[in-house]
Amino acid sequence: MSCYSTQELMIIAAAREIQDGEVVFVGMRLPITAFGVARLTHAPNAVGLFEVGIARHQPAQDMLYTMSDPPNQQNAAWCTGTMQVMGLLQGGQVDAGFIGGAEIDRFGNINTSYIGGFERMKTKLPGSGGAADIAAMSKRLLAIMNHEPHRLVERVGYVTSPGGLEGGDSRSLAGLHWGGTAAVITDRAILKPHGPQGELHLFSVHPGHTAEEVKAHTGWKLQDHPDLRPTPEPTPGEMAALHAIDRDGFWRT
Amino acid sequence: MTSKLCSLKEAVATIIQNGDRLVMGAGLEAAIPFAVTFELIRQGKRDLDLIAPISDASADMLIGAGCATSVTGAWVGNVSGGLGHNYRRAMEKGVPRPLTVNDFSNFSLAMALMAGAYGMPFAPVRSLLGSDILKSNPEHRVVQNPLSDQPDPVVLVKPLVPDVAVFSVQRADQFGNAHLWGSFGVTQEAALAAKKIILLADDIVEPNVIASDPNRVLFPGFKVSAVVHEPAGQHPSPLTGCWKRDNDFFNDYHQRSRDRDGFLAWIEEWVLSAPDHAAYRAKLGTRLDDLRIKGSAPSAPANFASE
Repeated sequence: MSCYSTQELMIIAAAREIQDGEVVFVGMRLPITAFGVARLTHAPNAVGLFEVGIARHQPAQDMLYTMSDPPNQQNAAWCTGTMQVMGLLQGGQVDAGFIGGAEIDRFGNINTSYIGGFERMKTKLPGSGGAADIAAMSKRLLAIMNHEPHRLVERVGYVTSPGGLEGGDSRSLAGLHWGGTAAVITDRAILKPHGPQGELHLFSVHPGHTAEEVKAHTGWKLQDHPDLRPTPEPTPGEMAALHAIDRDGFWRT
Repeated sequence: MTSKLCSLKEAVATIIQNGDRLVMGAGLEAAIPFAVTFELIRQGKRDLDLIAPISDASADMLIGAGCATSVTGAWVGNVSGGLGHNYRRAMEKGVPRPLTVNDFSNFSLAMALMAGAYGMPFAPVRSLLGSDILKSNPEHRVVQNPLSDQPDPVVLVKPLVPDVAVFSVQRADQFGNAHLWGSFGVTQEAALAAKKIILLADDIVEPNVIASDPNRVLFPGFKVSAVVHEPAGQHPSPLTGCWKRDNDFFNDYHQRSRDRDGFLAWIEEWVLSAPDHAAYRAKLGTRLDDLRIKGSAPSAPANFASE
């Protein structure tokens, strides 16, 4: 059994969702590392976009606390504004985007604004940032979440970032002509939409976890995806790529 | 031409009025003009509407200090720490005073500023469809695309015209012509839309330096009302080629602002007890030396010769 942390497994699972040649909104932290791993393994021609106004081929060479930090500017493929990179999203020119969130529901809608809804708010969260834009307008949405029952809920109190809305054709009826949730990568499993409603189903269970445990930590009655499988262990090549990027071992524990 | 150079104190006192709609932090996490944030707090400005896509801790500080009554933006918090404690206290408990939020996403805010800049009656966007941002901010309207025969809802956002926009820039001349490089968020749209602009320049240079590379000018100097020379005016945020991000500072603020008394002590220590930004820099001491970018990675020159 190879040695890796839960975070490292999530990074590698996220990297596998990026196809070669794709243009991807990579966000920060875990997805940015996943983008780097994808480039060093199966997707050498992937391009990363940042909503502050950056496009990159190679990931930044030094540690980033935010996407605006100087290492992310140096040798970027493009330094520009938010309008330019997010305009590409609106034009349908972005293949995939990563976002995180406090709450996600069975149709992949994400709340990062008001826990409890905006009229009866219990907690004020920071808000959308670019997440609502990435969820609405990238061709595939990839969500990264911690897998707890209060985070994976039947229905979010406020839809900051639209997934499948009410399920079925409700997303396209709302005017979102493309996109939607492609995968939810958690610390226990990967969920993918399935069936006519596009409800999130259990697609793969990470090593060391069980389907029962994953379902017990999900706030709705999580059904099995017909292709349910174990999440493949990271390969030596994927781990080598990750360690080449995460030289300081930030993700190892 | 007359020089627009003036002190931080004078620029904030004379250009920013109580109740203004104010853009701070148009660069998202970089080039946030914190020296102006601190001076607004020292001068006790009130009733500001803070316009920013992602304002990092700057908006949280202004909210905690009671300077703001509303936020027009997409995200308020602390990028290093997560939640903004003052933002939460104001929204959840009305402490120190109630706050309203005009909800946007980053892109829809950029589009609203673009509409403001170019005199467009509205900007149509495909974002926000399906999002409850349409419910919590009823100013956004959904209409059928009048140019389409197919069902095609689009969102119209109102033009946004800020009273004042403040930008940190790497270098400017005394007349308000400036170079800013690296990613710039919504700086260009905000500058073109705003009625007045204050520049916080890390360095003041001769006009011929700026004129040598007019493509690095994001907005025209004639729109600028004041040029303030304050090195590290954007501390603790980063500025490409000049300053790294002071992540420890953001984390310390996050921890200490967890409760109201901790925030008040923080603000006394870092803002109110320093009469100006020079005193603030002195307080940072050698920490500022560590944050200064010392390497050199200049771009290749572009030839503008005409013959």
